[in-house]
Amino acid sequence: MYETIYHRASSVDEAAALFAKGEEPKYLAGGHTLIPVMKQRLASPSDVIDLGKIKELIGVEATADALTIKAATPHSDVAQSSAAQKAIPAIAFLASLIGDPAVRHRGTIGGSLANNDPAADYPAAVLALGATIKTNKRTIAADDFFQGLFATALEDGEIITAVSFPIPAKAGYAKFPHPASRFALTGVFVAKTKSGDVRVAATGASQSGVMRVGPIETALKANWSASALDNVQIPSAGLLSDIHGSADYRANLIKVMAQRAVTAAG
Amino acid sequence: MSTVKLTVNGKAVSVDVEDRTLLVHLLRENLNLTGTHVGCDTSQCGACIVHIDGRAVKSCTVLAGQAAGSNVTTIEGIAKGDELHPMQAAFRDNHGLQCGYCTPGMIMSAIDIVNRFGGQLDEATVRHELEGNICRCTGYHNIVKAVLDAAGRMKVAQAAE
Ligand SMILES: Cc1cc2nc3c(=O)[nH]c(=O)nc-3n(C[C@H](O)[C@H](O)[C@H](O)COP(=O)(O)OP(=O)(O)OC[C@H]3O[C@@H](n4cnc5c(N)ncnc54)[C@H](O)[C@@H]3O)c2cc1C
Ligand code: FES
Ligand code: FES
Repeated sequence: MYETIYHRASSVDEAAALFAKGEEPKYLAGGHTLIPVMKQRLASPSDVIDLGKIKELIGVEATADALTIKAATPHSDVAQSSAAQKAIPAIAFLASLIGDPAVRHRGTIGGSLANNDPAADYPAAVLALGATIKTNKRTIAADDFFQGLFATALEDGEIITAVSFPIPAKAGYAKFPHPASRFALTGVFVAKTKSGDVRVAATGASQSGVMRVGPIETALKANWSASALDNVQIPSAGLLSDIHGSADYRANLIKVMAQRAVTAAG
Repeated sequence: MSTVKLTVNGKAVSVDVEDRTLLVHLLRENLNLTGTHVGCDTSQCGACIVHIDGRAVKSCTVLAGQAAGSNVTTIEGIAKGDELHPMQAAFRDNHGLQCGYCTPGMIMSAIDIVNRFGGQLDEATVRHELEGNICRCTGYHNIVKAVLDAAGRMKVAQAAE
């Protein structure tokens, strides 16, 4: 790892002020993406600004309409949160599948979304549920937030403070994990909103990161059941193809994971 | 350089380290606690697992500064004098180790698992919960047996306290 200067911020405003003063600063939350990348010398921030101990960034809250997860809340807290389990059990379940227990004790939702790894789990839930990403400057709709591989609508120095998920009528998540990394070879989040709209998002599958899956949305809108997807064809154009799975394999996985997610959603 | 103050195995320590120092290096090189191992550079193997404020974490993926002010427990901190921790005893009794490289991380992970699940552990749960610990020797079978054995012993030990 190259040299760096560590700062621990005690508030969002202090973190933003430290960022403004740094030469090539980076925020650090759970560190479970940034530190491995720094160890490989693929990132060399002049300053790392730790958001992990900022109290206003930690916690899970639910109202009748929305589940709000603050940005620096670790995955294990979300998985175990009774508010999350009650409001949107599929989110608690998704959090319980991320990496392994030690990863879940450190990694955070804000870090996961800011990083926007094309095989990360949370982006699928955020996009399928049409969540809102709150930052220290504005609110960003999920549809505008994800902008391709590792790219988001965040501006330099902008801090995600919380993510707000509208509570759906039904939601489910299923992932086929990569057996070594546990990231999604393909993961699918299905959601039916209280107004009857259906949104489906797949992660790990597309060359351009998390994506909506139109053919599955149409089929589930007509008939919310796993068998409604039996004859749906997912085009493999634009899907990832690597030693772990061809584009055709992933196209089929999208369908199978969607079916499992619908079954889980009930 | 920064001065990092933390509690390790119940003792307050203060260490001057470069800001890029990982917690595992602070433990091994500054405090000479070499029971915590480094088995990979991808945060996947779990040989480096310690407890920070009671939670199992990979100390190779935590900066020393992030741990400042915390309570860290390493493999050296779990026995009571000469009396092995029930998890250590169960690993020995069940042949849960061969070369021993993964063992400190396995044991710290396993204690965390028992703490979180209490008596509700079954084989499938133990296997799932040990996904972040890699062992190249044992084939995991006896490790899983050891964890289930220790879960029973730890319940008994807690009840006796
Ligand atoms: C072994 C292993 C297995 C994993 N498996 C999975 C998996 O199965 N599924 C999965 O989804 N992920 C997985 N991960 C990734 C893990 O969930 C990461 O913790 C997460 O993606 C990043 O969160 P973090 O808090 O650790 O972010 P950090 O590493 O601290 O930061 C990541 C990036 O986000 C920025 N950032 C952090 N917080 C904010 C914020 N609030 N506002 C703005 N920018 C911010 C940082 O500057 C940095 O660029 C795995 C990681 C490891 C090491
Ligand atoms: S050394 Fe920490 S996970 Fe391998
Ligand atoms: S006993 Fe040798 S790596 Fe596990």
